[in-house]
Amino acid sequence: MATLNSRIPEGPIAEKWTNYKAHQKLVNPKNKRKLDVIVVGTGLAGASAAASLGEMGFHVLNFCIQDSPRRAHSIAAQGGINAAKNYQNDGDSVYRLFYDTVKGGDYRAREANVYRLAEVSANIIDQCVAQGVPFAREYGGMLANRSFGGAQVSRTFYAKGQTGQQLLLGAYSSLMCQVNKGTVELYTRYEMLDVVIVEGRARGIIARNLVTGKLERFSANAVVIATGGYGNTYFLSTNAMGCNCSAAIATYRKGAVFANPSYVQIHPTCIPVHGDKQSKLTLMSESLRNDGRIWVPKKLEDAKKLQRGEIQGKDIPEEDRDYYLERRYPAFGNLVPRDVASRAAKERCDKGYGVNNTGLAVFLDFSQAIKDFGRDEIEARYGNLFDMYEEITDESPYETPMQIFPAVHYTMGGIWVDYELMTTINGLFAIGECNFSDHGANRLGASALMQGLADGYFVLPYTIQNYLADQAIWPKLPTDLPEFEEAEKNVQARIDRLFAIGGNRSVDSIHKELGHIMWEHVGMGRTKAGLEEGIKLIGELRKEFYANLRVPGTQEGVNVELEKALRLEDFLLMGQLVANDALHREESCGGHFREEHQTEEGEAKRDDENFFYVGCWEYQGTDDAKPTLSKEPLSYEIIKVQTRNYKN
Amino acid sequence: MWLINSSVGRKVVMSVSGLALILFLTFHACMNVVALFSRDGYNMICEFLGSNWYAVAGTVALAVLIAIHFVFAVILTLQNRKARGANRYAVSAKPDRVEWASQNMFVLGIIIVLGLVLHLYNFWFNMMFAEFANGGMAFATGLSATDGYGMMQYTFSCPVYTVLYLVWFAAIWFHLTHGFWSAMQTMGWSGKTWFNRWRCIGNIYVTLVMLCFVVVALYFAFCGSCCSATC
Amino acid sequence: MAKNISFTIRYWKQNGPKDAGHFEERRMHDIPDDTSFLEMLDILNEELINDGKEPFVFDHDCREGICGMCSLYINGTPHGKTERGATTCQLYMRRFNDGDTITVEPWRSAAFPVIKDCMVDRSAFDKIQAAGGYTTIRTGQAQDANAILIPKDDADEAMDCATCIGCGACVAACKNGSAMLFVSSKVSQFALLPQGRVEAAKRAKAMVAKMDELGFGNCTNTRACEAVCPKSESIANIARLNREFLKAKLAD
Repeated sequence: MATLNSRIPEGPIAEKWTNYKAHQKLVNPKNKRKLDVIVVGTGLAGASAAASLGEMGFHVLNFCIQDSPRRAHSIAAQGGINAAKNYQNDGDSVYRLFYDTVKGGDYRAREANVYRLAEVSANIIDQCVAQGVPFAREYGGMLANRSFGGAQVSRTFYAKGQTGQQLLLGAYSSLMCQVNKGTVELYTRYEMLDVVIVEGRARGIIARNLVTGKLERFSANAVVIATGGYGNTYFLSTNAMGCNCSAAIATYRKGAVFANPSYVQIHPTCIPVHGDKQSKLTLMSESLRNDGRIWVPKKLEDAKKLQRGEIQGKDIPEEDRDYYLERRYPAFGNLVPRDVASRAAKERCDKGYGVNNTGLAVFLDFSQAIKDFGRDEIEARYGNLFDMYEEITDESPYETPMQIFPAVHYTMGGIWVDYELMTTINGLFAIGECNFSDHGANRLGASALMQGLADGYFVLPYTIQNYLADQAIWPKLPTDLPEFEEAEKNVQARIDRLFAIGGNRSVDSIHKELGHIMWEHVGMGRTKAGLEEGIKLIGELRKEFYANLRVPGTQEGVNVELEKALRLEDFLLMGQLVANDALHREESCGGHFREEHQTEEGEAKRDDENFFYVGCWEYQGTDDAKPTLSKEPLSYEIIKVQTRNYKN
Repeated sequence: MWLINSSVGRKVVMSVSGLALILFLTFHACMNVVALFSRDGYNMICEFLGSNWYAVAGTVALAVLIAIHFVFAVILTLQNRKARGANRYAVSAKPDRVEWASQNMFVLGIIIVLGLVLHLYNFWFNMMFAEFANGGMAFATGLSATDGYGMMQYTFSCPVYTVLYLVWFAAIWFHLTHGFWSAMQTMGWSGKTWFNRWRCIGNIYVTLVMLCFVVVALYFAFCGSCCSATC
Repeated sequence: MAKNISFTIRYWKQNGPKDAGHFEERRMHDIPDDTSFLEMLDILNEELINDGKEPFVFDHDCREGICGMCSLYINGTPHGKTERGATTCQLYMRRFNDGDTITVEPWRSAAFPVIKDCMVDRSAFDKIQAAGGYTTIRTGQAQDANAILIPKDDADEAMDCATCIGCGACVAACKNGSAMLFVSSKVSQFALLPQGRVEAAKRAKAMVAKMDELGFGNCTNTRACEAVCPKSESIANIARLNREFLKAKLAD
């Protein structure tokens, strides 16, 4: 059993981080140069961590699978980034951001981590502005804010609908500055396939050069994975095509514990699925819910007509529209947290009120906003999103209401980390979406960017020193140690095995099937029977994978199908992990909704008595063995755990 | 030296020399227009330009400018072809916004240089180096070296020359419609607003200058000789 | 409602930078026109794999027009032709007609060598960025964000420059293989903001020098770049870069 010591510092919550920093061990400047740190991933967390560590004087090796660090999927975040700046003078504070995040996460996050996140959030904005990130501004030259789901203050900073892009490019520019200085070595088009453990510590990785196809070994004093979430287990998600959980799964196979995998966020505002050839789902920023009103018809016969394409949304008179979020949650209306909004949409569609040909869509309507603020203002706020929508669907949101439907978007679960962001493997750290710590069972909008950058700029660069402080005595590890040999041999065997199958099914065809199983059985509304069925089906699909997969081409050079096959192998394991965790968690909370556990009104019903803990799964030697569960109990010092209420 | 080593520097050299050449063309156009009104006036200018040292210095400067503009154009074109890579696109669609002239500046430049050679042979050489020829008289025409007006009459009386000159003028016009605003852009004197202004100013200016040349050429082609006969 | 179209796709195959490369052709049948161009290529690859062939390799990732990874030269236009300008991943089959022949090529430029088929190496852009595309600050030491007031118009214009996704369509479209639109957009973003002014001169010189060193061509203001830019970057940026560069050089 892994020992789960969260290592939360002593003291009152508001002083924990300050105390930690005052007492942690530091590395002296001369030794920093001798210490190598591997950072895998170049998204917000990875790039900001690599840049900051490089700037501090460490020697950083930074890896990404894309052709440039700037392609990481953080770039696609649209809406904004939260920070407790209180620039709007609306009563925001560190405590309030902390409280909103814990409450939004349905009381399943670790208090101390979240408080630290809220605490450093203000620094992030300062940092990014200094980098030249062109945040939106008011006419007086001050920074502008918008409101976002799950909060009653305007604390979200934004750069049009491309906040993630601008923040990532900011981190990327700092990273490239360090590359120029020689403190960071960049390895693009490299995929980490295994972590190497030497004497109980993470001391390197095996990575495949995606251009030459060769396996290469890299050693370091610490390894940081910042490789994002596992949303693509569902095949259709808002994640990029290349997003994968292989680095996380590789560490899981080596003993890192996987926490809360069942907490998967389904984003309420995505463009609905149009056909079985679809490769990904496109997110429409949550910021649209500021001015857009979500509705379905009141009358079932109107919905039927919409589904048959006989009428359009704009043909339905005002009195026959059911603004169900405003009806059910008067206090927050269209701005309820994502999990609530998604489930409400599913509930309406399950009842037959869906508005497109598949019956799996609801309206997001801007006619009221256009009437109130004028088309120009709406265009200024959402122009690029509307254009994107029109390009994809061939319909103009200025003329007809948008159609939206929930889709897998973010995964709150991830590799278990302690307060220092270190996993259960010494010297192995996980940051950003890749870890589990800050969002509990549900993430609030505009908090992912905050967490990624907080981890990368302000948390890891400190906490990693506490670990590295006594590592300078270690010589640079040669990569011909038996541990490296062994790890590379195993990866090679895995690749050989995949080629040897020689079946007749493409990777994508199996992945699509996995996605279908996940969405149907491990999706928004989960049941015991459904999950058991899902686990069984994934097991069968894994057999199919090993019996019938075809990987064309050779091991040398670019082989995209091989890359996808390796990732799919890990997704199959991940799918089982999500399903197992969902099955064991006999409650509904945040992104995990068990239909057996709901109130009469259909709201999530938590079971704090039995499930007030982090569910941590430990690998048992082979992919076939069922992982074992350990629990990190949660203890809240200052927040009173209560039922989430967005009604009044 | 950044004017040679950097891409922006090289472009600045092109821009400055180009703008200077436009200035010269403006002067040349004004001079030609005089010929529409007065034979003596025109010939006086010709004589003046052939007989003092700063006109000669100007000529040398002009030659240097043209040489620089040409040499840099060759260098830039060669570099750009190399930068384009060995493989060419199998299918290419020209975007609507892209002016034809902008894509063909070098070709237009070659046409202009060929025209220039012809022009020098027709006029300038006869005027400047007349003394080397037969006793102060221009080569074929039998005209005095300072009788520019007569040379124009003589040259444009031949329809082939007239057509060649008109083609030449058209090439210069195309070259300059792009060259003018492009120079401003390269010098950094442009932006979202000034881009359109420079284009508009450039087009009008260049058209006026080239119209002067065209009008003079046509004047001499169609009524130059009859007029002179009556003078 | 979606209708189905059939067409011929002609796609570039090239095994590494030294290979000569050639086109291959395949007839595609009954593709719904609400399929995206890349999803159509997914279908193509599925068919190729089922036929026991190697799939067609191309770069793509986010498929929502922001990561800048996709890079196909379609029927003579980088990213294919749309009214507003969009990336390859945002091109939908409704832009094509039944019976069309669609030619797909890689970005062709000396500075972007082909890795395989239509996958090219754009690391030159990273190198240019590393030469000066940043403000040199130290993590955690920035002053309060509102201490620097920036006029909204300047911030908005800087944002427009900053939306460049680094896809390389500008280089692909340019007959000179010039990267000026990319470089100038980055330089402009910083030049317009007070935070970036401190290093403005150094940045302009360093980034232009690196661009030249990497073998990009000389800009001749043909405007092909801005015509194909999926993020509508303007050549006004190029004028600004020229200005910054000249100012810097004249001050030396």
